[in-house]
Amino acid sequence: MPSDRRLEREAAKRRRHRRGQAIAGISSIVVIGGLAALILTSPGWPEVRETFFNWEVFKESFPDVLKAFWLDVKIFLVAEVAILVVGLVVALVRIARSPAMFPMRLLSVVFVDLFRGIPTILLVFLVGFGVPALQLEGPLEWVPTDPVILGAFALVLSYSAYVAEVYRAGIRSVHRGQRDAALAVGLTESQAMRHVILPQAVRRVAPPLLNDFVALQKDVALISILGPLEAFREAQIIEALNFNFTPLVAAALLYLAVTVPTARIVDRMGGPEGAVR
Amino acid sequence: MSAANETVLEVRGVTKAFGERQVLRGIDLDVREHEAIALIGASGSGKSTLLRCIDLLEDIDDGDVFLDGEVITDPGVDPVGVRRRLALVFQAYNLFPHLSALQNVVLGEMRAHGASRAQAEQRGRKLLARFGLAGREDDRPDNLSGGQQQRVAIARAFAGRPRALLLDEVTSALDPELVGEVLEAVRDLKRDGMTMLIATHEMSFAREVADQVAFLHEGRILEQGPPEQVLEAPQQDETKRFLARLLRAGR
Repeated sequence: MPSDRRLEREAAKRRRHRRGQAIAGISSIVVIGGLAALILTSPGWPEVRETFFNWEVFKESFPDVLKAFWLDVKIFLVAEVAILVVGLVVALVRIARSPAMFPMRLLSVVFVDLFRGIPTILLVFLVGFGVPALQLEGPLEWVPTDPVILGAFALVLSYSAYVAEVYRAGIRSVHRGQRDAALAVGLTESQAMRHVILPQAVRRVAPPLLNDFVALQKDVALISILGPLEAFREAQIIEALNFNFTPLVAAALLYLAVTVPTARIVDRMGGPEGAVR
Repeated sequence: MSAANETVLEVRGVTKAFGERQVLRGIDLDVREHEAIALIGASGSGKSTLLRCIDLLEDIDDGDVFLDGEVITDPGVDPVGVRRRLALVFQAYNLFPHLSALQNVVLGEMRAHGASRAQAEQRGRKLLARFGLAGREDDRPDNLSGGQQQRVAIARAFAGRPRALLLDEVTSALDPELVGEVLEAVRDLKRDGMTMLIATHEMSFAREVADQVAFLHEGRILEQGPPEQVLEAPQQDETKRFLARLLRAGR
């Protein structure tokens, strides 16, 4: 039989909880309703609704945009795998101590500075138009000129530079004592890295890595400047034919359909405090 | 007993500085087979640094260390091979947090000593059981108490069949009620004839388990001898002061 004191406490806790919920509900209605009212009563709203949120245009254009979006999905999946590998290699080279690795170390520093420092859209442009313009022959004939491949390659360069720094931060965050302990049990430096330090580092940086993955998912749209028919490009074409922007909204929804679930995974990895409750 | 045994570790004139700070100022020390030597001295006297230098986790500046008569501190010596013949237990355990207790114990045996997984795990289970950790094989370090973690660390160190075991204040990070179980593990190793160099703040333990006690002060061994001599009838003023301070602190 619970004591009166305890019942009293539990009742107070319930009251506080109910009041909290009520306040959250009311403030949500006020804020969201206010914003909606502001937009819906604006003088341009009927026009905007017609050109951006036209249900007929949406229904008609969605299948084509969705089909084009498959190209985005393919590009970011392949690019992500390449980024995780290249980023790791660049990070490992950068922290390698051996004097023989000095030139590689220098290159990895230049790689990060260069590709992190150039705007991604510019990089896509330079690689996408620059490489074919070289008209490579002979031993370099195999270099592709396909804009999809070159665009994806540019994204890999740009994101690998970021991801390499994320990995490096993760590796540095593993306590020195871990390396000591690994060496003390007789592992070599590279075994210590592989079996002790990297597994801990990668676990720690998984949320920021996924965060970069979210950014990559939408930056695939940058490849559109090279011409491939991915979702954004397709939506633009349909838009130009109808003078209606709804296809772009359809494309936006498709990007959200992949980025939002990824973002929720990031939240969950960061612990309960990151999640919206 | 020790005079007849061969010398496992021989430290000769070792010095070590970190930048401007001179930590070891010429250490000479012999550890014979089956012998346990306790290193005592205030924090910062160089105990940990000496152990880390012997396990080649730090480079020494001058002098030499010999393991079974071979010099191990020459620049040409492969440190990995030396570390495989020694073992070091850390004050803060330094267990691998992403691995289970058993995986912690077998990692070195599999990767450094080339044992098969089955072999290493069979032996690892036995070692964990020996140190009172049967049933905890699959627990992560997070789920173990400090005393249990340190016993896993001792099992991990012992798994490599070291010629000598270096213990770096293995009870200093523990709650008082957990100290006993870790010291019991060390006693067990001593009974087994393990050669040990033990940096410690536990004087009663040093008296009980060590054949020799060496008092370190500002990077030098000021006094060395049997525990009853160094701890009960110290010759040097510094040793007397150190022991008096400990006594006042209730150790």
